Order: sequence, then structure tokens, then C-alpha cells
Amino acid sequence: MIIRKMSIALALTGAIAAPALAQDLKIGFVTTLSGPAGYFGQDARDAFNLAIEHGGGTLGGAKINLLVEDDAVKPGQGKQIADRFLKGEGVKLFTGIIFSNVAAAIVPDILEGGGTYVSLNAAPSELAGKECNKNYFVMSWQNDSLHESAGANATRLGFKKAYLVAPNYQAGKDAIAGFKRFFKGEIVGEVYTVLNATDYAAEIARVRASDADMVFHFLPGGAGIAFARQYAAAGLKLPQVVSGASADSVIVKAVGEPLLGTAVSAQWSSDLDNPVNKKFVEDFQKKYGRMPSQWAAQSYDTALGIASALKANGGKFETNAFRAALAKADFQLTRGPFKFGPNQHPVQDWYAMKVVKSDAGDFVLKLDQKILSNHTDVYGKDCKM
Amino acid sequence: MSLLIEQILNGVQLGVALFLLAAGLTLIFGIMGVINLAHGSLYMIGAFAMAWASARTGSFWLGVPFGLAAAALTGVLMEVLIVRRLYARDHLDQVLVTYGLILFFNQMATIIFGRQPLFLAPPAELSGFVTVLPGMQYPVYRLVIILAGLFVAIGLYLLIARTRIGMLVRAGATHREMVRALGVDIKLLYTFVFALGALLAGFAGIMAGPLYGVTAGMGEQILILTFVVVVIGGVGSIRGAFYGALLVGIVDTMLRAFMPGLLRHFMAGQEADAMGGGIGSMGVYLLMALVLAIKPKGLFPAHG
Repeated sequence: MIIRKMSIALALTGAIAAPALAQDLKIGFVTTLSGPAGYFGQDARDAFNLAIEHGGGTLGGAKINLLVEDDAVKPGQGKQIADRFLKGEGVKLFTGIIFSNVAAAIVPDILEGGGTYVSLNAAPSELAGKECNKNYFVMSWQNDSLHESAGANATRLGFKKAYLVAPNYQAGKDAIAGFKRFFKGEIVGEVYTVLNATDYAAEIARVRASDADMVFHFLPGGAGIAFARQYAAAGLKLPQVVSGASADSVIVKAVGEPLLGTAVSAQWSSDLDNPVNKKFVEDFQKKYGRMPSQWAAQSYDTALGIASALKANGGKFETNAFRAALAKADFQLTRGPFKFGPNQHPVQDWYAMKVVKSDAGDFVLKLDQKILSNHTDVYGKDCKM
Repeated sequence: MSLLIEQILNGVQLGVALFLLAAGLTLIFGIMGVINLAHGSLYMIGAFAMAWASARTGSFWLGVPFGLAAAALTGVLMEVLIVRRLYARDHLDQVLVTYGLILFFNQMATIIFGRQPLFLAPPAELSGFVTVLPGMQYPVYRLVIILAGLFVAIGLYLLIARTRIGMLVRAGATHREMVRALGVDIKLLYTFVFALGALLAGFAGIMAGPLYGVTAGMGEQILILTFVVVVIGGVGSIRGAFYGALLVGIVDTMLRAFMPGLLRHFMAGQEADAMGGGIGSMGVYLLMALVLAIKPKGLFPAHG
């Protein structure tokens, strides 16, 4: 009897609770939380949650139900999660993907299924040109841009002969193409590694045997840490010029001394002097007890972008209205000026940074100067919405 | 020339690390007939325990016995509590259970140590590099790994070939039922073999930590290559594991190092680099297919 009463009560509360929950806007957050690059997803998720907290539990007035799942850098696993979110949970708005191979596999599924995808990191070239889509926005950068900034930085610093190292997948190829596009010197060698490899002895030996005067590499996460340490252990002193992906605040802190003086470039720096960034850096540290990385900043910015579009529509999500509002780019981010190009990828400034030792004895990235203004990507011209 | 020697050393170093893992894996499969997918977890546990103890005590060397003990102890617990129930089951059950263990251990590592990779520096006496040949420097730490690995290989050979327990292990690998029929305490032998395998895996993890970083899931990255070694060497054969590991280590490194250069003779630089990278990562699997085609039981089959 009691059991039956309870089950009726449960059913009733369920019936009441369900529609209330259904009003919350579900955001599918497919990200990478495991493996040597797991901290990317962790920073992205934490920063996104911070943005929701700053919005009083909402983004632009819409209560958010954030569904976070780990893709483990496996496109197949990501596809299953996205499929479940789309069909099982009825999710319309997605973000979170870190790796380009995962993005290339599941973003088209999401778009075909009527969803909207706002990227906070991965933006492979194949989705930026002919295959662009009106419901696909990128708030981070087009992949090439990261490495174009490193190429521009290397040219500015006067290097003449570069050796390039990148993993053998789409973003690795984008990286090498991007660097070459803005580097005016000669490329004396390039090597593709296995994605997520941890041993770079063979590649380092090849760099040593070349006559390069600098090394550019795209080895994000644990790979970058392993490379930097093995590079130092092998006694190589060649300067490294890299994008923020290969020397983010986590890598710089973990590797320390051997990276001192390394030239890094990114679209964001924790030193950027604007009120949104100051509040973000301060509150992130207060809440999570660590410095935010570039990945955290990008995710926070993405949440601000989504919030602006939701706010313009009175806290409601409707695909067409959301798209129109987001495209206006009516928001202040943690970085400098930002607008969308013809393929809905960023047009923004890039900055050079240097690895320095802080007063506290930690190794950190310090802002040097702006190197590219209103920088966009080369694929936008092929995009016909 | 010095580049070639450096790459051979790199290959031997990878081979030695693979051997430490493959030795345990091949014994466990050869003697107990269990496919232990969670062998990589023991590698990870050794590395984490070592990193944790080193950070606590501030001494690299104190971390080593701690890492070894943690891996061996986990091995014993795994055998007594879980794997023991799998001997009579078929391989699918074993794979499912040990795969479950991988998920369990990785998640535990994430909960305890977080997702950011732990790095510990090798001690001062092992960091830096030495000049092996004029104009050729090589990291001390990698040389030490090679020496330590060869030392363990010799020790293992003596243990297996010269001692009573080694005799039982060999007998168990070739005629499991006969050993059982002769009244040997097979339970104890199984636990011993499992602990030995765990110890070796833990040792490999300890040596890998300062080089590659310690992260949840690090074991699975190397486990696949380890299985290739076991298959090439012949299941259940320590000797096969040794030669197989060196072969895989050297072939993998050489292909990564020289394939693009070779291909440049036939095609444009950029395509050669991309294709060379691709062939480099496929190389060991092609090698495995080749070995299986010629010697289906591997190079040194234990079961004759």
C-alpha cells in the first residue's frame, strides 16, 4: 500500500518535474576528458560552467541543462554520443568538441539532424570552405590561423630555416599548411607523427640532423609536454616557435625551464587588459584554483556568444532566430575585437607571447605584442551559404 | 651514420620497454590461457605509484620500489579476486572482464590524480646527455632504460632457465595439464606468474613515466604494440617476446625515421612526408601480417 502510494507520488512529481526540466535549454557538450589531452575538455567544461554561473544559472536568460560526455578522441564514440543527444534527448544546440577528427565526423551529423553547432575549439579546413553551413559557427579560430600566427611570428623574429613537426591527421596537416602560408623563410624538413604518440626520439634525431635554425611543432596536450622534455633531454637548443596549442599554460607550467624564452602565439592571453578578461581570469582562479588556459578562455567566450544570441531572443532557442542573432556578434569577449567572416569563422587579432619565469617562480606565458590584426582564414571565399 | 646509430638506439630503447610488458603478457597467456587486456593498467599503476611516492618523498629512487610494489600487489589482488575466476571461461568473457578492469583503473586514476599529466624529472645523475660517438649525443636516461631492460631480460632468462620455479613456469607454458597432474600447487604458480608479469609491467611504467609523462590511459597506448610483439614472438614464449620486442621497436623507429626520406626519391617532398608517416605507423602491423603468413605460430612458438 505504502509502496503504491509512493509510486503514485513519484509518478506525480515526475509528471510535474518533467515539463519543468523540458523548459531548460539542453546543450550537448561532446568533449575530450580522457587521455593525455583530457585537460582540454576539463578546462572547456569548467569555463563553460563558470559562464553559466556568471549568468545566474542561465545563458542570456535561458536556464541551461549542460549534457557533458567524453569522446576520448574517438570519432566513433563521439558519433554515438551526438546521435543519442540528437534523437534521444532532442538536443538542438551543440558545442564542446576539442579534436578536429572528432569534429569532422560528427558536426555534419549534427547539422543534418537539424542541430546547430558552435565550435569552441576544433575548426578543420574541410568545414570552413565549400562545406560551410549556416548553422555552424566557430568562436575559436579556423585551425590554420593558430599556425599562421606562429608562421608570422617566426618571420617577425627573423628565422630563416624551419623544421616542422605535426601529427598525421587533419589538424596536423592544417597546422603545417598554416605555418607555411605565413613563414617567409625556407622549410628544411617536415615530419608527421602518429596522433597521440608519446615518444618523439626518432623525430628529434631528425631535427638534430637537419640544418634548421628553428622548430615549429603542433603537439597539443601531453604530447607537447613529452616533446618539450625529450627535446631538452636530447640536448637540443634550437629555438621553438609554436602556437598556443603546443605551449598552453598547462604545458608551460609542467615543462618549465626548458621552454624558457619560447615564442608562442594565440588569439588570447591572460594578460589582455579588458574587463571581461579580468573578471574571467580572476573568477576562474577563485573557483577552480588554477590558471585558466587558452582552452578555458575559448569556451567561456563561446558561452558568452551563445548567451548573446539567446538574450536577443528573450531566452528562447529557435534555430533561425538564434543564427541571425549570433551572426551579429553582439558581445564582448575575453579577447579583443571579434566578428564573423563569410563562413562564420572568426575575424580577430593575434598576439605574440613569450615563456617567462614569474616572480613566484612559476613559468608562465607573458604577452609581448599584437602580430596580426583582423586576421581571417583563406577558406571563407569558397563558402556559399 | 651517427643518425642511423642514434635511431637504432631509439629502436632498442622502445624494444626494451615493449619486452618488459610483453614478457608478462605472454607468460600469463601462455600459462593461464588468459588474455589480460588490463596489463597496460599495471604499467600505469606502476608509473602513478612511483610518481606519487617520488613527489611525496622528494626522491626519485625511493619512488622506484614503491612503484614496483604497487604494481605487483595490484597484480596479486587482480589474480586472486578476479582473474582466477576466468581460467575456465572462454576468451570472450576474459576480454570483457579485463576490458572492464581497464575502465575501472583509468577512472580511478582520473579520480585520484586528475586529468593533467604528471611529470617527474629524472634524477640529476640520470638527466642530460652523453656523447656516445663524436658529434652524437644521447640522453643518459634512455641509455639507462636500455641497460636496465637488458639486465632484467638476463635476470628473467636465468630465472626461467635455471631455477625450479622457472622450470615449473616453462612446464606450465608447454603442458599445462601435465603440470597440474603432477600435483604442483597450480594456484600458487598462477599467482606467482601473474605477480611477476605485473612487476615487469610496473617496472616498464616506472621507466616510462619521466620520459612520456604519467596519465590515465597511458597503458592502452603501448598495449596494442605489446600484443603485436606477443603475436610476432609466439604466444607463451619469453624468448619470442624478447626478439619480437626488439624487432618491433627497431622496425617501428626505423620506418618513422627513414621512410619519408626514402620515398622522397620517388615523389614530391610533402607527399613523401605524409605517406612516409602513414607507412611508418602501419609498418609493424604489416610486419605482423608477414610473420603470421610465414610462421602462423610466431617466430618462437612455445607450444612446439
